[in-house]
Amino acid sequence: MKIKNLANWSRQNLFSSWYNSLISLFCIYLIIITLPPFIDWAFLSATFDGNLKTDCKTSGACWVFIKVWFEKFMYGFYPVENIWRINLSFLILILSIAASFFVRDKFKIYILFFLIFIFPIIAFILIHGSFGMQIVESREWGGLALTFILAIFGIIFSFPLGVLLALGRRSELPVIKYFSICFIEFWRGIPLITVLFAAAVMFPLLLPADTYVDKTLRIAIGIAIFESAYIAEVVRGGLQSLPKGQYDAARSLGMGYWKMNFFIILPQAIKTVIPGIANTFIALLKDTPLIVLVGMAEILGMINLAKANPYWLGMAVEGYVFAAAIFWVASYFLSSYSQRLENKYSTEKK
Amino acid sequence: MNKEKVIELNKVNKWYGEFHVLKDIDLSVYQGEKIIVCGPSGSGKSTLIRCINRLEEHQEGTVRVRDTILDHHTQSIEKIRSEVGMVFQQFNLFPHLSILDNCTLAPSWVRKMPKKDAEDLAMKYLTKVKIDDQALKFPGQLSGGQQQRAAIARALCMEPKIMLFDEPTSALDPEMIKEVLDVMTDLAKAGMTMIVVSHEMAFAKEVADRVIFMDEGSIVEEKPTAQFFSNPENERTKLFLSQIL
Ligand SMILES: Nc1ncnc2c1ncn2[C@@H]1O[C@H](COP(=O)(O)OP(=O)(O)OP(=O)(O)O)[C@@H](O)[C@H]1O
Ligand SMILES: [Mg+2]
Repeated sequence: MKIKNLANWSRQNLFSSWYNSLISLFCIYLIIITLPPFIDWAFLSATFDGNLKTDCKTSGACWVFIKVWFEKFMYGFYPVENIWRINLSFLILILSIAASFFVRDKFKIYILFFLIFIFPIIAFILIHGSFGMQIVESREWGGLALTFILAIFGIIFSFPLGVLLALGRRSELPVIKYFSICFIEFWRGIPLITVLFAAAVMFPLLLPADTYVDKTLRIAIGIAIFESAYIAEVVRGGLQSLPKGQYDAARSLGMGYWKMNFFIILPQAIKTVIPGIANTFIALLKDTPLIVLVGMAEILGMINLAKANPYWLGMAVEGYVFAAAIFWVASYFLSSYSQRLENKYSTEKK
Repeated sequence: MNKEKVIELNKVNKWYGEFHVLKDIDLSVYQGEKIIVCGPSGSGKSTLIRCINRLEEHQEGTVRVRDTILDHHTQSIEKIRSEVGMVFQQFNLFPHLSILDNCTLAPSWVRKMPKKDAEDLAMKYLTKVKIDDQALKFPGQLSGGQQQRAAIARALCMEPKIMLFDEPTSALDPEMIKEVLDVMTDLAKAGMTMIVVSHEMAFAKEVADRVIFMDEGSIVEEKPTAQFFSNPENERTKLFLSQIL
């Protein structure tokens, strides 16, 4: 019975025509030549036990490398005794996101407000330290924690800025309109790596000698502004898709510019471009390793350091596979979260 | 008639670029009057009523609504919009909000009404247009006729002194036209000042005090309803009436 179902299923889905059969056979061939060796390498012949490179005697992956360096990959050079402060920050973040799934819509606004305005302050106080907690300068931050700090900062600040720029670009006031256009096109026209170098190296030279803006902060602001230009263009697409009648109706009810946009225009425009926004944020997340080039060690940077350690030479593949898995999981989370939102709002409309 | 003049248009002119849409429009509307505006497509009917609440800007002449002269100041525009309700051909309900929220949004955020009061008000008007049982649905779940009645209720929730209707039944299937016209007739009987762009001549005969015929951006005929139908003077009005009746 099962076998018959399988045969039916594969006839319908894999071999429905000669070219589909060809493509299916080719894909099956690819899976057969790549998957078993990978499974063998990653699991069957891999070494999990031990604390030294010499413990890895088999031909498979040496996960001992990841195990030994795990804390560094996650937290960089953050003082070990204070790591709980980072964990607590992320725990607060995860809990509030999880809570948003379970509470009624009315409270979601409060959670959003908390995440945008209050959480960054709490996280900064915890991670950077004050109120008697030991200060950890941002140059000691690193690893996956730094990746997430930059990505979350980028998301939280690029989103509102991008929305304002999108509105500005459609403004009837020429000054605002042309300022927004220039701003967006300028930041879209330069590569992120230029922004990072400018923020890390050039920007301090332009400041008066006695002012100092933290390097991590400069980089984070650079990333947020860079991404805001992309968000602006995505949101503008959504704005353009709205019928003019929505504006007419809102205006005829006496709503001014901000009320109209906040209650009527933006909620609809943003809903239609959730996939585009998620795309931009996933790109942002995957762009963060570029900061290696300005001397900051997020997770990929830490892996580069570790694999250059004389006792751990030749561990590049393990390190990069590990990094790939982490980025894949994080990106997958973002993309399924966006899909969830999208589904929710598309059913609401019907 | 010594009733108060609530709308006064004086030599209003409007251009879209080179195109002269409204030519020297003079119009006075008194408290409680019902005016029907008709005319061929493209004659400027929509543009005319949209100039009254500044959805379109006129370039010459004056528009006065009650005590307010319409000018560039946001204050005067917002004052007028809070006193003038509008209903559109395409309903223009907000699709992301329930019918109830469509109705309470402006009262709570523009008139700053407490939520409870706004909801009571909304239910009062939804009951009036006979869709109180649909209050929690979304616009997409309603029929065209129900949507248009919801749109009327939404406008009424701002408790306007004047209502503008731009072809409120043209986008509806024939069987739904009546339910919307019934609601409008009730509203007219209750004494609302109304300007209605419509080609529903039976409705015009029943409720209108005056009928205005527009062609190519001008008002070419303006008469009390009975005379308009029995004794039109202008050739274009006669032609139009012969086609439509
Ligand atoms: N935004 C605009 N830009 C340029 N021309 C316009 C614009 N809006 C309307 N027009 C033109 O102005 C004229 C009057 O338009 P209006 O919508 O007021 O006509 P109408 O009498 O309401 O017609 P209908 O019965 O088809 O609704 C039309 O010729 C139209 O093409
Ligand atoms: Mg029209």
